[in-house]
Amino acid sequence: MNHKEEVKTITEEKEYSILNLGPTHPATHGIFQNVLKMDGEVIVDSEATIGYIHRAFEKLAERRPFYQITPLTDRMNYCSSPINNMGWHMTVEKLIGATMPKRVDYMRVIIMELSRIADHIVCNSVIGVDTGALTGFVYLFQWREHIYEIFEEICGARLTTNIGRIGGMERDFSHIAWDKIDRFIKQFPKALEEFENLLMRNRIFMDRTIGTGPISAERALNYSFAGPNLRAAGVDYDVRVMNPYSSYQDFDFVIPVGTNGDTYDRFMVRQEEMKQSISIIKQAIKNLPDGPFHADIPDFYLPPKELVYNNMEALIYHFKIVMGETEVPVGEVYHCVEGGNGELGFYFVSDGGRTPYRLHFRRPCFIYYQAYAEMIRGGMLSDAILTMSSMNVIAGELDA
Amino acid sequence: MMEETMLHTIHDKLKEKFGEEIMEAQMSYDFPVFTVKKDKIVEIIQYLKEDPEMGFQYLTDLCGIHFPNAKDHELGVVYHLHNLPKNKRIRLKLYTSIHDPSVPTLTSLFSAANWMERETFDFFGIVFKGHPNLKRILNVEDMNYFPLRKEFPLEDATREDKDDTMFGRG
Amino acid sequence: MSTIAKPNYSLAKTPEGVEGHGFFATTLDKAVGLARKNSIWPLPFATSCCGIEFMATMGAHYDLGRFGAERLSFSPRQADLLMVMGTIAKKMGPILRQVYEQMAEPKWVLSMGACASSGGIFDTYSVLQGIDRIIPVDVYIPGCPPRPEQVIDGIIKIQELIQSESIRRRDTPEYKAMLAQYGME
Repeated sequence: MNHKEEVKTITEEKEYSILNLGPTHPATHGIFQNVLKMDGEVIVDSEATIGYIHRAFEKLAERRPFYQITPLTDRMNYCSSPINNMGWHMTVEKLIGATMPKRVDYMRVIIMELSRIADHIVCNSVIGVDTGALTGFVYLFQWREHIYEIFEEICGARLTTNIGRIGGMERDFSHIAWDKIDRFIKQFPKALEEFENLLMRNRIFMDRTIGTGPISAERALNYSFAGPNLRAAGVDYDVRVMNPYSSYQDFDFVIPVGTNGDTYDRFMVRQEEMKQSISIIKQAIKNLPDGPFHADIPDFYLPPKELVYNNMEALIYHFKIVMGETEVPVGEVYHCVEGGNGELGFYFVSDGGRTPYRLHFRRPCFIYYQAYAEMIRGGMLSDAILTMSSMNVIAGELDA
Repeated sequence: MMEETMLHTIHDKLKEKFGEEIMEAQMSYDFPVFTVKKDKIVEIIQYLKEDPEMGFQYLTDLCGIHFPNAKDHELGVVYHLHNLPKNKRIRLKLYTSIHDPSVPTLTSLFSAANWMERETFDFFGIVFKGHPNLKRILNVEDMNYFPLRKEFPLEDATREDKDDTMFGRG
Repeated sequence: MSTIAKPNYSLAKTPEGVEGHGFFATTLDKAVGLARKNSIWPLPFATSCCGIEFMATMGAHYDLGRFGAERLSFSPRQADLLMVMGTIAKKMGPILRQVYEQMAEPKWVLSMGACASSGGIFDTYSVLQGIDRIIPVDVYIPGCPPRPEQVIDGIIKIQELIQSESIRRRDTPEYKAMLAQYGME
């Protein structure tokens, strides 16, 4: 009798403990703070605070001419900066109504798919690290160095690339770049297979990731998810297929789709997307058309330096473009590309001046991170860490 | 053009349901754009979301904009909606005066609107009526102005080492 | 007569001292400096893009581990070197200061990248224009982001600083005056 009453009072007086996860925490890859209300090891509720790396991109963009905004877009999703650069250039091209030659489109596709592979390498190896498997991380990061070498050969920079121009590419790829790309697509699939053998059918990894951080397709759509997170929940929405840009309609690729929306599905979707990216690059190299590597828009495309130093007209155009004296149409345009995390959109309002009147970035990380509180409710603390790394939240894109 | 016919069909349907709430309709590059009055925005978007012929069930984006010279229409909110199965996109705009910057919230229809509206509040000061947790999200909590309005400067005010005359600012 | 290949490594330079059969005498601070500089425990305070370049520096290609900085410490109490990598916003400033104050002496600060050194390209209302406004910094590494070779150069400069510092620098009046400038004890 007495023993039963004791047990009753203990359960009535249960208290929740509050745990502060972040902002500087080794397992959160980035600066976000989550205050967790926990019942033992199980999470009951959480509240997120972000903005620890808010750099006011949208206000900065109102002060800068178009070519100065490209380095800003680099630093949003810095794991796959070329995609952001090209998305911005395509937005300006849409505003001025320019069409690109096919060769430009194919070159852009090669670079965007390489940076998508780089982004997914980071995400998948970090999911491994958070379950305790550091080997996959160290193996795959060596392949990021190869991708950096390719970017360095094309544009001179490794990480924040500032690649391309409005109207195409700044120079044609040299034969060294083509050699490096060929070598990469020959050797990378084997390395990816080695990584898969470590993790994909590993009992510990599967037990830890299947069922953690699930989200259903209806809730994901209500939270405006996009990209691999949405595809893991079962919705096959990919901007490259739905609103094709840069000649993606010429390529033949598959969109991987998951079923449960949990961590294992997100891992698998990203793995398969890396393989599809390799296949797209192979098709682009095989069918690469000849032609110019930039469109004929002298008002926006910076002329090559040899001409600027020798030719009066090129010098005048160079001066006008850099000082922003070219005529820009008035209007507003929205263009989106498929970034590493989903639909990266640029809403650009132009008033005819040299800088945008308003430039708003539709950042996928910001929008889907709201659902984090719902995804970890009812799970344990270590599952919360895994869910965060599998969502691939990049602090630069979150806070912009 | 296909988008022009889409513009007219949606415009006709909206006009017959909501009448004078719809102020303008035009095409902008490849988007039908509708400017509406702010009071019934939730009903309009609910109709666009739930009507089987409309079906705009995905909220792509929500942002604010500031036109300091438009009297009584200084602050605006821009919504981008997307119909995924039929691949149609539209844009909705509404304007409100800077002295009464309150707009009904969309969080009852789209959970994604929660943080997007907090960001718009943080940058422009537009108050969303009915929002569950309207406080600043990206800036420090005790900031007392709305930085993306056109009258505020971009730079950090505490720098002493920048020579303004060199930058064309006397 | 077998030919033995010449070994392909170089030994660390021994400090100045008196050598004899079975003993080597040098001053204590040189020996302690040698030990300290080759066993740094860094705290990677990575906020943005420079953090990814740091991950590349720690990788197998550019290997920071050969300088002794293999063991990363995420707890400030156990770390020697605070590496601030990336933009520090004003919201983050108090947290950075708290992390710095928690570290035990001797401690050094390395500011990697343009954003941490001076605010970088982000001259905006929300970015702290350089971390030396709130904590003292020893070595600045410019770049956006700096190449891994530059990061290694910065670490080597930190090593030179560590080698040449006195053992009890926290008692020197210059150090105390500098800390007082920042409002710390």
